[in-house]
Amino acid sequence: MEYTLKDLENWNGKIEGIVKKVGLNSYPQEFEIIGYKDMLAYESYLGMPSRYPHWSFGKSYERNSTVYKYNLSGLPYEMVINSDPCIAYLMKENTLLLQILTIAHVYGHNDFFKNNRLFKAGTRAGYTVEMFKFHAEMVRSFINDPSIGYEKVERILDAAHAIKFQTSRVIGEKRISDEDLKQRLLDDYKNNNEIHSNLDAYVKSEFPEINKIPIEPEEDILYFIIKHGDIEEWEKSLLEIVRQETAYFLPQMETKIMNEGWASFWHYNILKKLDLPDKLYLEFIKRHNDVIAPGYGSINPYFIGFKIFEEILKRYGMNKIFEVRAIERDESFLRKYLTEELCEELNLFEYAANDGNYVVKEVADDNGFKSIRNTLASSCGAGSIPLIRVTEMLKSDKTLILEHVFDGRELNTAYAEATLKYIYELWGHTVTLKTTQGGNEIRIICDDNKIVVKI
Amino acid sequence: MAIFKDYNVTPIEHDRAVEDRRRHRQLVEKSIKENLGDILSEESIIGQSKDKKIKIPIRGLKEYEFVFGKNKGGVGSGDGSEKRGQVIGKEKAKGEGKGGNKAGEDEGEDIYETEITLEDALNYLLEDLELPEMDKKKFSEVLTENGIKRAGYQKHGINPRLAKKRTVSEKIKRQQAKNKALSEASEEEEEDENIERVPFKNQDLRYHRVKPALKRESNAVILCVMDVSGSMDTTKKYLARSFFFILSQFIQSKYSNVEVSFIAHTTVAQEVNEVDFFHKVESGGTYISSGLNKALEIIDKRYNPEYWNVYTFYVSDGDNWQEDNEKAIKAAKDICEVSNLFGYAELMNNYYSASMKNVFNKGVTNKNFLSVEIKGKQDLWKSLKYMLKKDQER
Repeated sequence: MEYTLKDLENWNGKIEGIVKKVGLNSYPQEFEIIGYKDMLAYESYLGMPSRYPHWSFGKSYERNSTVYKYNLSGLPYEMVINSDPCIAYLMKENTLLLQILTIAHVYGHNDFFKNNRLFKAGTRAGYTVEMFKFHAEMVRSFINDPSIGYEKVERILDAAHAIKFQTSRVIGEKRISDEDLKQRLLDDYKNNNEIHSNLDAYVKSEFPEINKIPIEPEEDILYFIIKHGDIEEWEKSLLEIVRQETAYFLPQMETKIMNEGWASFWHYNILKKLDLPDKLYLEFIKRHNDVIAPGYGSINPYFIGFKIFEEILKRYGMNKIFEVRAIERDESFLRKYLTEELCEELNLFEYAANDGNYVVKEVADDNGFKSIRNTLASSCGAGSIPLIRVTEMLKSDKTLILEHVFDGRELNTAYAEATLKYIYELWGHTVTLKTTQGGNEIRIICDDNKIVVKI
Repeated sequence: MAIFKDYNVTPIEHDRAVEDRRRHRQLVEKSIKENLGDILSEESIIGQSKDKKIKIPIRGLKEYEFVFGKNKGGVGSGDGSEKRGQVIGKEKAKGEGKGGNKAGEDEGEDIYETEITLEDALNYLLEDLELPEMDKKKFSEVLTENGIKRAGYQKHGINPRLAKKRTVSEKIKRQQAKNKALSEASEEEEEDENIERVPFKNQDLRYHRVKPALKRESNAVILCVMDVSGSMDTTKKYLARSFFFILSQFIQSKYSNVEVSFIAHTTVAQEVNEVDFFHKVESGGTYISSGLNKALEIIDKRYNPEYWNVYTFYVSDGDNWQEDNEKAIKAAKDICEVSNLFGYAELMNNYYSASMKNVFNKGVTNKNFLSVEIKGKQDLWKSLKYMLKKDQER
């Protein structure tokens, strides 16, 4: 390091002054200065100081370290977790400017964690570190339990990981009890039959199926298995752990573009106010441009988010961007603020698969921009994951019937089959998935680990 | 004010991912073992260096989830020059949804390819057999004069064997003795103090003594005999090749000197090279005895069983001309007499054709005769295991 801890503290002092002045409202901040090896490890465990053991983290570590080995130069290494106090990791191999930029960037994330609706409703930042630590201890206690052991725990975790994103997409959702739901359906039925306009023809509405399980299609497959599956208590606990950890990460998935855009917007504006000496200023401009480089053929969330926030500031003023960061998620953010001019400025285009090739479908002009905006909005965050719901559990033999809510995008059947096997591992009875392939509705049936596809 | 913590003040090597990485690697290895049958069948039998790396696609280490398949589109950033209908790339996903092509073929970015050496692969095979490292003593060993080794020093010898260090130390000894003698003398006379330079003399020279070194060597010969008549099609030969390959690798790992001989036969037999063995198709009928007798002839001529561990493997599709059966059994018995192991693999025999396996099993009662039936690729590994395990037990 060509700088001292004292240097960093001094720069941080200046940055914090600006943070307060511009109105960012963040949790208390902690920085840990670590080497790149520790950084790789933190990255593999998604920033958590402790996490339950599972080989997928080891795999992730191997991959990260390979990537790091072959791609030493490039983006500044930043890692920050949604917790109160907010913990961020600074890599000691970074240059002084990178540390300054990262510190400023971190305050952007920190403010976002504290103020965005999804994080406020979906996570409890004050308990983050404890939650992960508690889960890790619990999983280890199952591993050390002679009647359970490593392999049994691994089997459940493998299966739970396969369906961890098949969860409720409404963040901070309050569940209605089955009793209430039944009552509501009955009330609706009653109202429909009693009150109808004299002008319309009388249509007798169907009596609601209130004895079906689930009464309404259930998106949260882990929840459903915990509630109705024939599994042991410790297995339920494992599923619940995976479920809770996914719920913690979900707001980050749903706000990737906004979150990175917001942090980039602020590191840029804070550093401009810092009176950096010339040498550092030049490096700052270069690094900043690296961070928000468009990335041909893909979407760089830093770039898109940064540009949209700049555009909102230009159009509606400072108060508006603070409001946007508090109430939107990526999908609504893009739908509302990705304008035609921006689409054009960012050279966005839409592509589709056609006969084995990827072909440009729309470009950013009068006709194309709406399609581009809608596609991007509906395919970001949880939109990149197929929606699979439990529609029914047959009472006769406990067959689990799942449906893929088809939106024009087909499932990868090889992956779907392998995932169904995992669901079968947990469920223990036949599992059926309805989906659409090549325009036909098909059923993939998994029974005793055998897969049958029926049209 | 933010808190800064420097975790590098006292650097302790601590790797929290070590346990999960170990487990990951363990699973990778497991996956390699499960796929070895597929992989090794493509390797050439002889002339492989142990360091050759083979690439292995790993299955089962993917983290499966519900994901979108091939017809998903998307949005990307461009440079403004894109036109509608312009082709910008190829779809990666292939083999998607087709029964035979299971996961592992598609989703290019998640395929794990790992490189291991042939030696590692063989070690995995052995591990899978759950065998302890073979004990060489069991096998007949021969002593060969394998060069020379140094054994002490002598005063006479040829220049290349001059032991320089020893020679210098001899000279120093002499010098010291002389100094001592001089100083004793000077105590009495106190005269001449300067000691002149001491040159090497012939008496200082020392040479390495050498004697011939004996080395224990274990020799093995593998005789691969195969029916190459028309009924042995490419699929069968493919299986045969895998079969021979793994057996020969196994034997090669156990002996220091291994020779391989290929014998192809129809109604007559001849010794051929590896390429012809697997690729040449000959027309004609089938006399199994011809191949086995050729093997006996070669053993008799070149590989005396007293010095050689003989392994004979015979592969056919089970078809033999009826009148030859007796001769074949006799030849098989003779081979058992001179071989450590005589293995017979019957490949993809149809139910309606005659099975030589039954004939052999009835006729050949020697303990070192083993027969297996391989109906398809999936049986290969099981059969090999059976054969190698047996070899271990004897």
